[in-house]
Amino acid sequence: MQRIGVFVCWCGSNIAATVDVAAVAEAVKNEPGVVLATDYQYMCSEVGQTKIQDAIKEHGLTGVVVCSCSPRMHEATFRKTAAAAGLNPYMVEIANIREQCSWIHKDKAEGTEKAIILAKAAIAKLNLNAPLTAGESPVVKRALVIGGGIAGIQTALDIADAGYEVDIVEKSPTIGGKMAQLDKTFPTLDCAACILTPKMVDAAQHEKIHLYTYSEVEKISGFVGNFTVDIRKKARNVKEDLCTGCGVCTEKCPSRKAKSEFNMGLNTRGAIYVPFAQAVPNIPVIDHEACIHYKTGKCGLCEKSCPSHAIDFEQQDEIITQQYGAIIAATGFNPISLENFDEFGYADNPDVVTSLEFERLMNAAGPTKGVLLRPSDGKHPKTLVFVQCVGSRDTTDCGKPYCSKICCMYTAKHAMLVREKYPDTEVYVFYIDVRTPGKNFDEFQRRAVEQYGVNYVKGMVGKVAEEDGVLKVQASDLISGTQMHIDADMVILAAAIEPDKSARPLATMLTASMDTNDFFTEAHPKLRPVESPTAGVFLSGVCQGPKDIPETVAQAGAAASKVIGLLAKDKLTCNPCVAGSNELLCNGCSACQNVCPYGAIEYVEKEINDHGVRETRRVAQVNEAVCQGCGACTVTCPSGAMDLKGFTNQQIMAEVDAICR
Amino acid sequence: MTEAQKDLKEQVLRMSGVDPGKCMTCGKCSGTCPAYDEMEYHPHQFVSMVKKGNIEPLMRSESLWQCLSCFACMERCPRGVEPAKLIEAVRLLVIREKGNNHLNAQEIPGKLDENIPQQAITSAFRKYGK
Repeated sequence: MQRIGVFVCWCGSNIAATVDVAAVAEAVKNEPGVVLATDYQYMCSEVGQTKIQDAIKEHGLTGVVVCSCSPRMHEATFRKTAAAAGLNPYMVEIANIREQCSWIHKDKAEGTEKAIILAKAAIAKLNLNAPLTAGESPVVKRALVIGGGIAGIQTALDIADAGYEVDIVEKSPTIGGKMAQLDKTFPTLDCAACILTPKMVDAAQHEKIHLYTYSEVEKISGFVGNFTVDIRKKARNVKEDLCTGCGVCTEKCPSRKAKSEFNMGLNTRGAIYVPFAQAVPNIPVIDHEACIHYKTGKCGLCEKSCPSHAIDFEQQDEIITQQYGAIIAATGFNPISLENFDEFGYADNPDVVTSLEFERLMNAAGPTKGVLLRPSDGKHPKTLVFVQCVGSRDTTDCGKPYCSKICCMYTAKHAMLVREKYPDTEVYVFYIDVRTPGKNFDEFQRRAVEQYGVNYVKGMVGKVAEEDGVLKVQASDLISGTQMHIDADMVILAAAIEPDKSARPLATMLTASMDTNDFFTEAHPKLRPVESPTAGVFLSGVCQGPKDIPETVAQAGAAASKVIGLLAKDKLTCNPCVAGSNELLCNGCSACQNVCPYGAIEYVEKEINDHGVRETRRVAQVNEAVCQGCGACTVTCPSGAMDLKGFTNQQIMAEVDAICR
Repeated sequence: MTEAQKDLKEQVLRMSGVDPGKCMTCGKCSGTCPAYDEMEYHPHQFVSMVKKGNIEPLMRSESLWQCLSCFACMERCPRGVEPAKLIEAVRLLVIREKGNNHLNAQEIPGKLDENIPQQAITSAFRKYGK
């Protein structure tokens, strides 16, 4: 018989307001095995934990039930408490009377009744608990960063500086990401290239960092400390070991029709190209769609002109398989498509551009060499209208319900830069709210208004229509209570940002969770912001939520420190709540093997002594290091041979019985 | 809000099915409205005044009949507030209050054009039918 102590937490008023905690303690006092039942204001506090430890020693408890918040919140806390008092940590059960009871009930009598039932279920289960011992698994001391933007680069550099090997997988031909496309960066207006390109070079030259550019993650298996990843290194059709980056091939290429991705389609590039002059690695790649050789079998000018014979039209994709201890998602973002916003005429008017396109138009390395010219006729625009929140904070099907966070600041930056470079311009910014929380951010936006004379108008643009080369902008000015009509030369739309499309399939491969907007979910929104709930998976940059460069770099460093903490360990404690098969009952049907999402079950031919009868049978065997304890096999097994330690079929039935009693 | 104001607001919300609480005061409805300059109260003010229960002035205002029912505000509102439906509901309040109908049933067939959206026909009759 167990000797069980029940500890009911008030969680301040979180539980106590809707559950009569004293009544819960009283009601379970005479349950089988219970020798002590009590309540306290904050069970997780030092005083609360000491109460549990004292009770374990004083009453010789063999098991503890804590009626409190979700086990996701404090199961680990109370297991540690019990272990420190000499109790096996797996002899602790949590009855979740907060998230699943007090927070969702209004009526105190009902809440109390449910809390009592949940407590009784936990007690019934605990009566059948057995002490479990966790095994250990080794840690591969190498990390994989997926995405080579500023988030991925910073995370990789920080991990590599701590002495661990890091691989960066980047799907485009160069690292650098969105930041490489930017002109100046707020709030200090230092140029993005000046602060990013040295980091790109650092990453490329770091002896612990290996870059896989123009590559994609294809398959991920394994678990924390020991992931196996297949990386598809797409054929560049340029031999990396021979190419010197001289650029002759890109100059000779006669195909000039493909739109430059780097310049947001504002100009064209060759079929063999380097995205931009400072690309890392500085090795071109052939775009098969645009290449004359792949279309007609002729041309081959690049091959003929290459002084180092690096062009290889026959080169094939390569699959690289590598082991990693930790994986960091840093897949970044893109502006949303504006096809649903007819009212702004983005699709019909070349002079209506997105902010990222405007960024290229203002960039010294951009298609206009930094001279601001209208895309339609190459003339200098005199009146510019910026529209904020295009698709952000939009609960209809057209946009995104969240605030994209960066637009207020980059729009202020654009407006300021235009006024500084071209004092003859008139600049309007239409805003719903100006959101500038951040160090020196509000001062920055106010400078745009007060020093640079940017016209900030509270209101929204309702319509943009082209008439004789003029963009007729109709908007509301809510403060003066008028409707404004502006003849503009350019309209710049601050399009909402969304996670990169590669994030969703990656999350599936990682079994990492996402929210409804396809941002990766963090393990805890406040206390574990850079970890995924999936062990060994970490989050860096906008793939977790909209953020600017300073925040991204901070988060990248935080993710790196978590990874370093993991890689510094030689062994990891495994979860002992794993599946196990009773060989005498197993009928060799393979049902469990088929449902196991982790590939943890295999079948072996084994000699079995079944009550004196010796025979060779095909039986299931669980690899405990791989098993994650999901329980899929236990419910699938038709012969009841498969069981999950810590959650045995018997224990689950005892819980159900206690609830139904 | 007085009891009378609450009652009016309740009626407008029930008739229109609109939740003005969703409004984030961006003003896109008024930015998009083609009849803005004709109106004393503009679309965003309709939403705000209904929200506050301040519906009496709207009922007395000519703005009510200046709205073209083009639904541009509904189409472009990023929060799905549908101001045109609110205006339509306030019109109904006025019509019901007077206890008479703007529409003479015999005249309907002659006025119909099959290309006009049904709701626009209804709105037009309310405005010009009398």
